[in-house]
Amino acid sequence: MTAAAKPSPLSGERDVAVVAFAQSTHQRSTDQLSEVELVLPVLQDVLKQTGLTTDRIGFTCSGSSDYLAGRAFSFTMALDGVGAWPPISESHVEMDGAWALYEAWVKLRTGQADTALVYSYGKSSPGSVRDVLTRQLDPYTLAPLWPDSVALAALQTQALIDAGITDEPALAATAVRSRRAALGNPHAQLRGSADAEALLREPYEVRPLRRHDCPPVSDGAAAVILAVGDAARALHPRPAWIRGIDHRIEAHQPGVRDLTESPSTWLAAIHAGAFDAPPDTAELHAPFTGQEVVLRRALELNDAVAVNPSGGPLAANPVMAAGLIRIGEAAARIHRGESRRALAHATSGPCLQQNLVAVLEGEQQ
Amino acid sequence: MTSAADLLAAVAADAPALAGVEPVTRVTLPARLAYTYTPGAAQSRFLTGLADKRLLAERCPVCTRVYIPPRGVCPTCGRATTEQLELPHVGTVTTFCIVNIAARGLNIEVPYCYAYVLLDGAHVGLHARIGGIPHDQVHVGQRVEAVWDDANLGPSLAGISHFRPTGDPDADPDTYRSWM
Amino acid sequence: MSSPTAASARGARTGQEPVAVVGIGQTRHVSARQDVSIAGLVREAAVRALADAELSWADIDAVVIGKAPDFFEGVMMPELYLAEALGAVGKPMLRVHTAGSVGGSTALVAANLVAARVHGTVLTVAFEKQSESNAMWGLSLPVPFQQPLTAGAGGFFAPHVRAYMRRTGAPDHIGSLVAFKDRRNALKNPYAHLHEHGLTLEKVRSAPMLWDPIRYSETCPSSDGACAMVLTGTAGAARAPRPPAWVHGGAMRSEPTIFAGKDYVSPQAGKDCAADVYRQAGIADPRRQVDVVEMYVPFSWYEPMWLENLGFAAEGEGWKLVESGVTEMDGDLPVNPSGGVLSSNPIGASGMIRFAEAALQVRGGAGEHQIDGARLALGHAYGGGAQFFSMWLVGSEPPTR
Repeated sequence: MTAAAKPSPLSGERDVAVVAFAQSTHQRSTDQLSEVELVLPVLQDVLKQTGLTTDRIGFTCSGSSDYLAGRAFSFTMALDGVGAWPPISESHVEMDGAWALYEAWVKLRTGQADTALVYSYGKSSPGSVRDVLTRQLDPYTLAPLWPDSVALAALQTQALIDAGITDEPALAATAVRSRRAALGNPHAQLRGSADAEALLREPYEVRPLRRHDCPPVSDGAAAVILAVGDAARALHPRPAWIRGIDHRIEAHQPGVRDLTESPSTWLAAIHAGAFDAPPDTAELHAPFTGQEVVLRRALELNDAVAVNPSGGPLAANPVMAAGLIRIGEAAARIHRGESRRALAHATSGPCLQQNLVAVLEGEQQ
Repeated sequence: MTSAADLLAAVAADAPALAGVEPVTRVTLPARLAYTYTPGAAQSRFLTGLADKRLLAERCPVCTRVYIPPRGVCPTCGRATTEQLELPHVGTVTTFCIVNIAARGLNIEVPYCYAYVLLDGAHVGLHARIGGIPHDQVHVGQRVEAVWDDANLGPSLAGISHFRPTGDPDADPDTYRSWM
Repeated sequence: MSSPTAASARGARTGQEPVAVVGIGQTRHVSARQDVSIAGLVREAAVRALADAELSWADIDAVVIGKAPDFFEGVMMPELYLAEALGAVGKPMLRVHTAGSVGGSTALVAANLVAARVHGTVLTVAFEKQSESNAMWGLSLPVPFQQPLTAGAGGFFAPHVRAYMRRTGAPDHIGSLVAFKDRRNALKNPYAHLHEHGLTLEKVRSAPMLWDPIRYSETCPSSDGACAMVLTGTAGAARAPRPPAWVHGGAMRSEPTIFAGKDYVSPQAGKDCAADVYRQAGIADPRRQVDVVEMYVPFSWYEPMWLENLGFAAEGEGWKLVESGVTEMDGDLPVNPSGGVLSSNPIGASGMIRFAEAALQVRGGAGEHQIDGARLALGHAYGGGAQFFSMWLVGSEPPTR
């Protein structure tokens, strides 16, 4: 796939930054909480961080999935947590919150609003998320086979192994690194890890994947506040500026794709300006260890880059929020001065079919 | 746009075995997913109360409005509604309609009257069936009370069979006008 | 018409690129399209929109797709499966879901991509192939601990219709007048689902009550259908083979589903949304300045209700516009010349169909249901428990603000 002509640099007048981020403590199950009860504390957290109230926010956008919840229109009930009165300018995508953030970013770029609230949540616990995700496949030729998400990831990982790009010890090392990094993340679900040797002695989940190669099943929520220019500077001493953001989709059928590569990630990275300078951090939405390998290659990340210092989706994977959390975690590092330039990535669909890349920086140019 | 038959004809040109074969134009693919639904903290309290014939509501600490069924959050303020209160079983009909079709899974005789009942002390109407009276006598402002289905009490609104008129004079419109 | 350079200069003052609709396509809406797959359905509308714009797939920079709950087809996140069918491989693809207003919201998201100069030309599609699953089931999925008393969407809205009738003293037959009008208008729209030849007002008025006061004849059908538009900026509009429709204003508003003091008859979110759109477009007197309205009326009584909500009639007076024939095709403010949602309702697409029909009117492309001299048209969509609203105002001239 070739890149189109690089777009002109985004105008400085409407630079958008992440000025607040909050997430729940991700858990296997939140039986005692409804979705709105799960989302409310996270929303209140970002509002408190910025001192904003709903009526002073220009646009709200959320991401969630009816199928995950097992209810049509499930997002309408989560809206109660926002306190949409007086009426607000609000939208919703049936996608990971990272794309809700993208829609909000576009809205801010039009000039129709100066601040935006973005949130997403996912309770994987009510259903069997592996089986639920089969419903997002071609309904005529793929979904009837019920190829669950782990099986599809296994196909992708096997392709990587067959091509000599990775091996089981390297994948185990990725799992160990991620979950040990999560020891520093109080919100993560799986914190800490046994040694790779011990992990490799465990049985396969779906060959060549073992349990450690797979993400946990998580319930969780996250929220972000975006602001433009001066509004951003007023809301945070060190805003995380979104230098560029783009997303691309590939063909749906895994059979027509080379699963060892991610051309859509590479293309999104080009359009987001990711290759303009090396990042020091990358938060990658790679729920399976093999997918981190694919993404590193597509984003040309070397060992100098800290990948998933939060622990990543291998440590906590609230489906529909995990991508937004990557952007939030990258931004939080910039807020704390731990990163100057970070990449954040989100994915959707089987085997990394659709990918979003955001470039975040600490200083406004 | 190419039809399925045209496409198949084009394919059959290279694969003679497919010549004259009926194209598949429709497949029935049953899909079943099981979910364990959790009502959450606020609704669990409410449902547990129903098993004891209690109508539990919550009040918002900011706007002081009372919600039933409670959802744990005040929808206008975006705040947790932590104050619990119990409401009487009487209220006022604020609007209604007569339903002539039965939904699947609902064991009910059609036609039935479905109304919003503003319980005394609440600020939103409860969805309920009005029974014990001919439909053309149901009217806005009518005072009604809950009739429990003692044989089917449990954590469900199905424990309330219906609301019936109390026989009291209609409510003063000022008491419900703002909450219709 | 002003030159593209002038239009672009205006856009530069407000910071936004002016947005033009240069291609519109829809499918013939029917109860079940058994001759195409889901991909075939959306592609049919998209191909027609591209043909109308005389563009190819390669000219599209991004795709924004919208539809209502995935349960209606049994496919979760169908944009993934539809990437190839909509020529989106290698492009950005977004999927919007704002309940019934989604068709409108989708168009607005697409318009914003152009307005913000993120992309030059965007394809936007909305669809529903609800025959694949069961829409009524999808709308009333059993939720534990609750009784599905409403028996479908109509049951939810019927009490509020009754409240309107009571509040305004409107005579009983108003709903039937609207249904009769929309179904007659639909006869002039080749894409409409219901073509009820030989329909009389008496037949409408005597149809059985489903959720009293809503009759069977005053209820929208369940349709399979798709609608697509090609949106672009001033440069693309200058190259378009046919006159474009220009976006003069667009807005979305939401309020909570249920809250104390909610006005279900004339929701505040609808009023605020309309006010925002009129402000953007510089409309001070919508009743006089807007030439035609495509509004989302799934149950006939919502026409008088929305006429008030959208500021075309004073509170309590909407039904008078209906009764006096103002909203007929030959009236002073035609409403739903396409036949509206009452004649075609592929749920996820209906909002976009309203937006597209408004654009069709100001482009002079509505054929037999064209309103002569239509230069400013409002497209309106709503969803949920009357809580999500999206609207746009389109004109035959570029915006001057």
